[in-house]
Amino acid sequence: MKRLFTTALMLLVTLQLFAQDQDSALVKALYSSERIYVVVVCVAIILFGLLFFLFSIDRRLKKLEKKS
Amino acid sequence: MYKSWWKILGAVLVVYSTIFGFLSPVPALPILHQGIRNLYFHVPMWFSMIVLFTISVVQSIKYLSNSNQENDLKAVQSVNAGIIFGMLGIITGAVWARFTWGQAWSFDVKQNFAAIAMLLYFAYLVLRNAIDEEQKRAKISAIYNIFAFPMMVVLLFVLPRLSDSLHPGNGGNPGFNSYDLDSRMRMVFYPACLGWILIGYWIYTLLFRVSALENKAH
Repeated sequence: MKRLFTTALMLLVTLQLFAQDQDSALVKALYSSERIYVVVVCVAIILFGLLFFLFSIDRRLKKLEKKS
Repeated sequence: MYKSWWKILGAVLVVYSTIFGFLSPVPALPILHQGIRNLYFHVPMWFSMIVLFTISVVQSIKYLSNSNQENDLKAVQSVNAGIIFGMLGIITGAVWARFTWGQAWSFDVKQNFAAIAMLLYFAYLVLRNAIDEEQKRAKISAIYNIFAFPMMVVLLFVLPRLSDSLHPGNGGNPGFNSYDLDSRMRMVFYPACLGWILIGYWIYTLLFRVSALENKAH
């Protein structure tokens, strides 16, 4: 779990480096359509965060069920 | 805590604000364009975080006055839930900044101080893990929490206003006025805030109930 979190954090740090690449197709797509896709990305991130929480609760409940 | 009407209310408000966050009309602004819709998703994250940290500090004060282990557990679980929301706020903020300010992290005062506020609460969790004895851990971390809370408020709401910032609401510009004056946006923004705060509180109660069960099982 901690390893996964660290990996995600490291990926986020490198995102800054990729973001400098102006010509990437992904960045262009995000700038298009009046930047509505930026909102889509943010909503997706929030959903990922909530799913991450669900998985962590699930893992803790599994441990409890094993004990009882 | 165990009644469910407010959970349904929170869910309805979040679904409403997500649907109308995408569909409702917004004022035409340069640079931001449709990105202004992020207001309905990025800002409520921070509001939920602040509410959860407020719950935490109240529980810490309660713990110091009655030494009830349950209050300590509530304090730490609301910090855990608040950190989820803070991280989501920082990440969505970075993505939004990348496409409006040009850089994901432009070392803007608001971004920097928000990151430091998160570190304050990470330190709270690290401090807890560093102390083995339960009573001592609860007492010391409660005191730390009481100091961390006003620091967080100062870092997020006072210091960024003292210098220039790209972030709205700072650099001598109080509030969202320039964007939020639009009453159509308010119709979505306020329900979004209330909805996400309720969902944040729900997440905190779930974390608390699971960890209370874990404590019993030990």
